[in-house]
Amino acid sequence: MSDVTLHHHDLVACHECDLLQHLPSERRGGRVRCRRCGCVLHHSGHDIVAVPLALGITALILFALSNAFPLLEFALQGQRDATYLLAGIRELYAQQMPILASVVLFTTVIAPLLHIALLIYIYLPLSLGHRPPAFAAAMRATRAILPWSMLEIFLLGVLVAAVKLAEQATIVPGPAAWALGLLVVVQAAAASQVHPHRLWDRVA
Amino acid sequence: MNQPGETAFARDLIACHTCGLVNRRLAAGIGARCARCGAVLHRRIPRSLSRSWAFLVAAIMLYLPANVLPIMHVTTLGRSRSDTILSGAEYLLAHGMWPLALIVFVASILVPLTKIAILIYLLLSVHLRSAARPMDRLRLYRFTEFVGRWSMVDVFVVTVLVALVHLGRVAEIEAGLGALFFAGVVVLTMLAAKTFDPRLIWDNVKPDGRSTAH
Repeated sequence: MSDVTLHHHDLVACHECDLLQHLPSERRGGRVRCRRCGCVLHHSGHDIVAVPLALGITALILFALSNAFPLLEFALQGQRDATYLLAGIRELYAQQMPILASVVLFTTVIAPLLHIALLIYIYLPLSLGHRPPAFAAAMRATRAILPWSMLEIFLLGVLVAAVKLAEQATIVPGPAAWALGLLVVVQAAAASQVHPHRLWDRVA
Repeated sequence: MNQPGETAFARDLIACHTCGLVNRRLAAGIGARCARCGAVLHRRIPRSLSRSWAFLVAAIMLYLPANVLPIMHVTTLGRSRSDTILSGAEYLLAHGMWPLALIVFVASILVPLTKIAILIYLLLSVHLRSAARPMDRLRLYRFTEFVGRWSMVDVFVVTVLVALVHLGRVAEIEAGLGALFFAGVVVLTMLAAKTFDPRLIWDNVKPDGRSTAH
């Protein structure tokens, strides 16, 4: 049982059950899972800098598009109009619901933007061969902010609202709805390509 | 799945949560920093149980107003109605939109209740030093962390409707206080799950998978 030696590069402690174990030396292409609880301990495969950087930049462009274009277009009794991502939040403020408006603003605008900005802040300098200032804090923040970015849930909300109203009015998804759909996929892909432990093995 | 081994805790080692380096725990324990990245090291999330309980109790207190108060008021051509979370789902069902009713029911009623129940169970099981079925309890924890956020969907529906229907000038939709309390329940249960340290589940389990209590 005391086959575990300290300061060995391959020594890890599972963050979900704390079991100490060595990573197998041969671990090409795939995941290494904790032998007790099955939690993923290590990834290998893609380029750990270029792929997240590319996805981060793509996400930033999609984020800009999803805020610049109408989310839903609306036609009722001859009237046509369109709504934007930020319009609902502004309306909530106008209805004396500042806290609720802030929660929505944080989860659909600030947190996603912060997550994307942190990805670029971390991976752009790394791809140019140097380590960004406050690297450790940025890595921690990237992981902490992710669950608060709720664009995929917002997209489901848009869908539910559109179907609810479809009986009374003609609702057409605008360009921002498509951009948002792509953004959700790209952002999830980017997040899945962030491997802090492997990055630290490389920069340290 | 349970195979022999030791935890970092038992060997006086601490895995850094930022960079993964396994550090030796120094005598000066509290406030120690990782040798590689400088992050503060904790064997377990500090005061995990009391903080998790605090968030959970606050969430339970908001749960009642979240379900009793209307989440929105709709005024169409002089007639107005108010919808709570539950009556909103009923309305969808009555109008034949059962897939939507199902989404709303699962995300807004089933998930928050299940989540609160699971967190109470997990916290009590750690307090009672239970060694039973750690893997199943870890699965419950993962489930809770994964699905909890989806309850926000009703809050987003209100946000979109409020903006859209205002544009039409035919109907007027106003957000109700229930939506505020409901958002509070979602945020607080997320914080309760985040502050709960899943390694606590394993601390009463012997490395060979048998209980330390029996």
